[in-house]
Amino acid sequence: MTAASALPQLPKAPTGIDGLDEITNGGLPKGRPTLICGSAGCGKTLMSVEFLVRGILEHDEPGVLMAFEETADELSSNVTSLGIDLKQLVADKKLRLDHVHVDRSEIEETGEYDLEGLFIRLGYAIDSIGAKRVVLDTIESLFSGFTNQAILRSEIRRLFRWLKDKGVTTIITAERGEGQLTRQGLEEYVSDCVILLDNRVINQITTRRLRIVKYRGSTHGTNEYPYLITEDGISVLPVTSLKLEHNVSNDIVSTGVPELDEMFTRGGLYRGSSVLITGTAGTAKTTLAAFFAAAACRRGERCLFFAFEESPQQLIRNMLSVGLDLQPFVEQGLLYIEASRPTLNGLEQHLVTIHKLIGQHRPQAVVIDPISNLVSVGSITEVRGMLTRLIDYLKVQGITALFTALVNGRNANQEMTEEGVSSLVDTWLHVRDLEGIGERNRGVSILKARGMSHSNQVREFLVTDAGIRLLDVIIGPSGIVTGASRHTQFLQEQSVALAAQQEIERRERELERKRRVLEATIANLRTEFESVEEELRFTNREEERQHQELSQARRQIAAGHGARSANNSAAAPTNS
Amino acid sequence: MEPEQGQPAPDAEYVLHLYIAGATPNSAQAVRNLHDICQRYLPGRCEVQIVDIYQQPELARQQRIVAAPTLVKKEPGLMRYLVGDLSDRRRVLNVLGLKPDPNDPYLHD
Repeated sequence: MTAASALPQLPKAPTGIDGLDEITNGGLPKGRPTLICGSAGCGKTLMSVEFLVRGILEHDEPGVLMAFEETADELSSNVTSLGIDLKQLVADKKLRLDHVHVDRSEIEETGEYDLEGLFIRLGYAIDSIGAKRVVLDTIESLFSGFTNQAILRSEIRRLFRWLKDKGVTTIITAERGEGQLTRQGLEEYVSDCVILLDNRVINQITTRRLRIVKYRGSTHGTNEYPYLITEDGISVLPVTSLKLEHNVSNDIVSTGVPELDEMFTRGGLYRGSSVLITGTAGTAKTTLAAFFAAAACRRGERCLFFAFEESPQQLIRNMLSVGLDLQPFVEQGLLYIEASRPTLNGLEQHLVTIHKLIGQHRPQAVVIDPISNLVSVGSITEVRGMLTRLIDYLKVQGITALFTALVNGRNANQEMTEEGVSSLVDTWLHVRDLEGIGERNRGVSILKARGMSHSNQVREFLVTDAGIRLLDVIIGPSGIVTGASRHTQFLQEQSVALAAQQEIERRERELERKRRVLEATIANLRTEFESVEEELRFTNREEERQHQELSQARRQIAAGHGARSANNSAAAPTNS
Repeated sequence: MEPEQGQPAPDAEYVLHLYIAGATPNSAQAVRNLHDICQRYLPGRCEVQIVDIYQQPELARQQRIVAAPTLVKKEPGLMRYLVGDLSDRRRVLNVLGLKPDPNDPYLHD
């Protein structure tokens, strides 16, 4: 590998056509012829004109357009609608148009000849403006003018050789033939690069596809790539999906529902990630998407809302019923609602519309509601391919994207989306009916969230007048309960709580009573004690008095030995 | 350049322009054939111009020349392109509206 990359790569001439340079790894082989073949209406002429014009405008490589079918005036007016002014380029000496008119009725072959006239005209045109790019638009027309096939073939072979020697990058267009790439087998002569354009109608919807049949000396995308003819020229898709290289952000953005944010460890979604909301009908996918969009607008970000089911007015009205007013965001230019029927366009046209609107509005958030409707336009494989490209594109642009998808309700545990995009998205929310005893409730769960852990619960949520509300988890005897069971559970719990309360009150009263009894007993005892105490005190005082009297009497007796007056004292003992 | 004028006939019945690519064998053969036809069939009745498109590439574009050599019959009648070295004498004469001369040695039957 290293040796290969050290060697000089095959030089390439960028076409400047959206996507084609990615598929061809840089453009068409420089200085060599490339054959573009396809049936009528594939845009062969347009692609080659765009190659020339972009070469002139973007790479300053003058070009020569040798047209065998259309005159210079016709060509100019045909591409005017694409904003290409061929006449101005001709006047600036950047482009030369040469109409080669070959009319069978005017020509008579009278002997040996060659196509030196063509060579000289081409050589003169190339040299006069120093052209680096040449387009021969349907050289096969020569076959209708000249009958001598042997001469024509050898001359065409010589022409390609000569162009190669001149070192001009050439596009040769040719009509698609039966059983071979071109009607006249020109692919034999162009061995460097062959691009096949195809125009198919499937289910009444036309899709143009491009395939690189061969590209000598270079790797290239081998698939069939859808391409479109838009107002800005040809656009080959995918634009970016060949590699998985995009910057990632660590920022977290809200889902628009705070309780839902809490289910993610980081409190929301990574900026630039892609979110898928799947659910059966009527599970509020659109409402969730609208809240996401509104949250983006509240952050001052621009948001693009692709509604495939509702008109903008209808969406705004319906969201008003859940307390979400989108009108101000629309008026501020933050929210742009693009509503269209999925069947309006082919898938690729949708993709291009999305690309174009993203280019115009430069949003930070994109909502597509729902992607499952696109299946009505293309097959599942095509839808998957388109969504892969879309998700890639949004990721590269760093746009947070939210898709909703309707899943079939018949299979209750079917969590696969039909489009199989679940593996492409970073975060996957599933909303579902939780059908219980005679009622439906909505539950939301996170199936995956790349780069962060998340709640494993199925949270019941309500769509109320004031928005989406996630309810607290209530665990009943047989797991998480919802709806009426939740209510029953709530009532039961309430009555249990009431009973408990009453029990507590009863106990309180009992205690009070006991206390009062005890207090009464205490009072009794105290009274008893007091009476005992009083008695004791009385007895003590009596005893003391007696003791005093006794001792006084003794002193009187002692004094009475001498004086008779002691008798008086005896009559009025202590008080006198 | 060198537009080889034939007889200077302003009202020439035939106006023939021969576009050749230098001195390639085909071109030389065409010049020889044209001279012979003019002398044999149209003495004094034709105005012949021989143009080397190597010298005048712009003329090749104007005159819508693709193959070389090409003889352009401008007059009389509709413009016709005679592509090739004019060796098919019968066909050339037919286009020019001339009756083949039985004595013409180049007239192959």
